[in-house]
This record gives sequence, C-alpha cells and structure tokens, in this order.
Amino acid sequence: MENLNNFQLLEYAAWGISAVLGGWMLFDMIRTNSKYAEQTLISSREGEIEDVLVIDPPHQGGHR
Amino acid sequence: MTQTTAIHGEKVSLLRVLGPGHVWALGVGIVLVGEYMGWNFAVGKGGALAALIACWTAGMLYTCVAMIDSEVTSTVAAAGGQYAQAKHIVGPLMAFNVGLFLVLAYTMLEAGNAITAGYLVQAVGGMAGFEGVHDKPFIVLTIVALAWLNYRGVFATLTFNLIITAIACFAIVVLFAAVRPWTDDVLKPAELLTGLPYGWLGVIAALHFGLWFYLGIEGTTQAAEEVRSPARALPLGTMTGMITLLVAATMTWYICVGLMPWEYLGQAITPLFDAARLTGSLWLMVFLFVGTIFSTLASANGCINDASRAWFSMGRDRYLPVWFGAVHPVYRTPFRSIVFLVPVALIFALGAPLDQVITFSILSGLLGYTFMSFNMVMFRRKWPLGSIRRGYVHPFHPLPAIVLFLICSITYFAVFLGYGTQLVAMMVFYIIVSAWFAFHRYKYVKRGDQFTMAWPRPVGY
Repeated sequence: MENLNNFQLLEYAAWGISAVLGGWMLFDMIRTNSKYAEQTLISSREGEIEDVLVIDPPHQGGHR
Repeated sequence: MTQTTAIHGEKVSLLRVLGPGHVWALGVGIVLVGEYMGWNFAVGKGGALAALIACWTAGMLYTCVAMIDSEVTSTVAAAGGQYAQAKHIVGPLMAFNVGLFLVLAYTMLEAGNAITAGYLVQAVGGMAGFEGVHDKPFIVLTIVALAWLNYRGVFATLTFNLIITAIACFAIVVLFAAVRPWTDDVLKPAELLTGLPYGWLGVIAALHFGLWFYLGIEGTTQAAEEVRSPARALPLGTMTGMITLLVAATMTWYICVGLMPWEYLGQAITPLFDAARLTGSLWLMVFLFVGTIFSTLASANGCINDASRAWFSMGRDRYLPVWFGAVHPVYRTPFRSIVFLVPVALIFALGAPLDQVITFSILSGLLGYTFMSFNMVMFRRKWPLGSIRRGYVHPFHPLPAIVLFLICSITYFAVFLGYGTQLVAMMVFYIIVSAWFAFHRYKYVKRGDQFTMAWPRPVGY
C-alpha cells in the first residue's frame, strides 16, 4: 500500500508539473499578445538576416 | 520596457544561434529512438537478414534524402524546410501539402514518443512492485515539459538534445564493445541467422519498418533560419547525422540478431534494452535504459521543434491564419505554433493506438520523400548549376533522385501490405485538404510576398 502511494505521488507530481508549465505557457502567451503590437509579433520574414532591424540581435540577450 | 507598438521597420525574427552540432542533434535526436525500438518489427516481417537488407535499402533512401536536402536547403535557407523548398520550386499547392506532411509526420512521431515514454515509466513502476500504475501522467508531462522547453528558446532546446542524443549514441557504442563482436563468446550470429523465412516478399514487407532506422533525419532543414551559417551547418550536420545513423543502425542490428532468435526479436518492445539484459550486466542494463529514455525524449523534443517551424512558416505565408506566424519577442521562438500543437499531440497520444500513430507518421514522411525526388529534378532544371549560389552540390545527379523515387515506390507497396486501409484513408485526407486550400484558403495568400529568395527567373519562364 505504501509503494502504491509513492507511485501515486509521482503521478500527481507529473500532473502538477504539467499543469504549471502548461499554465505558464498560456499565461506568457496571453501576456505577450497584449504587451506587443500584433504587427511586431508577425513581422518576421522568411530567410531574413538583417539583424540591424531586428529586436534583440543575436547574443545580446533579453529584449531592448 | 513595455513595448506596445511597432517602431517603423522594427522586426522580430527567429534567433540565429545554432551550429552544426545542434543540426546533428536535431536530426539524430529525432531518429535515434528508432534504433532503440521499432526497427525490429522488420525482423518479424521477414527475418533477421531481411531486416539488414531493409536497413541498408532504407539507408540508401535516406542518403539520397540527405544529399538532396543538403543541396536545396543550403540554397533555400528558411524555416519550414521542405515546405519552403516546395513553395519556391514546385508551387503553392505542393507546398501546402508538404507543410502538412511535415506537421503531421512530426506531431504523430512526437505522440508516439510520448506514449513510449509513458509506457517505460509505467513498466519501471510495475517492475518495482507498484500496482495500478498509469502512463497518462507521464505522457502528458513529456509533451508539455518539452513544449515548454521549446517555447523558452531554441538554443537551450537543441543543446539539451545534443547532450541526451550523444549519451544515447554512446550507450549503443558501449553495448557493442561490451558484447565483444570480435569473438563469438557472447554473440552467436552463426546459430541465430536463419536466412529469409518468408522469402523476398518478407524483405519488401520489412522495408516498412526499415525506415524506422532513419525516419526524421530530414528534419535538420527546419533549423535553416536559426543556424549561424546555413550553407555550412546544414550539409555538415545532416551528412554527419546520416553517417552516425548508418553506423548505429548496423551496430544495433548486429548486437540484437547475435543475441536473440528472430521470432522473439521481431516482436520485442525494447530490443536494445533486452540485449543489455541478456549480457547479465546490471550497469549495462541501467545505461541502456537511460539511453532508451533519452532517445525517446530527444525524438519528441526535436519533433516539437520541427512541427512548430513548419506550422509557423505556413502561417507566416498565410497558408494558414497569419496569427500562427508570430515570433516571441523575448525568446525568439514561434510561440503560438508551439502552444497550438500541444493539444493536437495530446489528442493523438492519449486517444490513438501507437501502431496507427506511427504508421500515419511514416506515410506522411514517405509522401515527403517522394516529393523530394521530383523537386530535385525541377530544381536543377529551373536553376542549373552556376545560375545561383549553392552551399553544397550533391554528386551523381539525377541518380539519387531516381533511386529515391524507386525505393519510395517499393516502400508504398510494403506499407500497403500491412496498412492498406490507412494508406488509402490518408490519401483521401490529403486530397480533401488540398481542395480546401485551392478553393478557399489560397485567396488569402499574398502571392508575391511568399517568394523570398533573390534568385534569377527560372529557365523556361
């Protein structure tokens, strides 16, 4: 019975972590959608490598 | 600082931070699980020798895929991989279909991997003496946690893949050395190899699962917009990945058929782990179990990366709602596509049987490979060598394209032998969605904007 409870705890932990990470992604997506203009979010163009125009050029970390 | 409006000309793009090692990890990471499980059903279809013939025939198919992909992608450096290739070389309807092949092949494979990860944890729980253990919490955790990692950034995601894939590869090499293949102390191939029990029809049937040794290596092209040097990193990562897989596949076959009779091997669930158990070494058992789990996670992780890039690219071109074409301003990932595909993967992982999920994935992949064969011929005809800059030129054209088409045709027959209904159902599905795209969706596409490569007008136009 004790073993069963231990594995059940592991199962509950898996559900819990999934809920936290899934919830975080949803929260961050909604926050980002409202924080930035839609035209900025969909401004990526295929094959474009002009870093001068791009927010946060590679290796600088974070956003400006 | 909170930014609510776009500054004129300011853009958010995917982050160019990956090197050839990440490309290798993406390709091999998706595939290596096929060495740990799945390939051995080819043994059940036609015996051990048939599995070896299938392994090398499929190896030839994928070598052609890798060569063709490397040449085209070193030129069409865009997320979406074969989707972007089809768009520029064949046309929008082909591109839409190829995009769907990619998304479905990778999402189904991701679901299959999550089912396997859940099964493995459940099996460990059962072996440890627990009763009434469930796999669903771990299936959901696998999909959600890896999606979260992908959401947070491509560099960490593929660095993680690089580490766990390297460990899983190393486990195969260690097992190979541990069974001392230079002696017949452990391996008994002379006693266990039994010819072709079902003749050459068994060899053809084995081809279906022979693909499992390499399925997904073409996914390296999805990183095209995130590598620092596409012309160098993509061919290098893809080719070294293919070499790794050819060696690992042959080693895996040799270990397993030298330790287990084909009747058992043909229906084993975790053949490499079983091989480690047969050596009697506890530390090898543990190492190969870790390798099995790592290969499963690496595959699911790479699949999320690739499916989301293909979906994102189609959204960006308005082949799907443009909402999916968004990039996260901080993490620089296609965040909406990643989140959207989580419930899709969960539905397949929790609601469909593993063999159906995997067969749908294989068939979608196979359709993509067939496209590559005539895509390559059209690419060389429309833009001959010297007309545009190529990072890599594959040798012996058009032989690889012809070989690829022929092996794909034989493999369709092999799949038809075992899963004819699924093959027909999937063809019907793609015909219906093609009609939807041609008669409804295509009017939303900005036709001039979708062709982004600065190429000269193609020959004959």
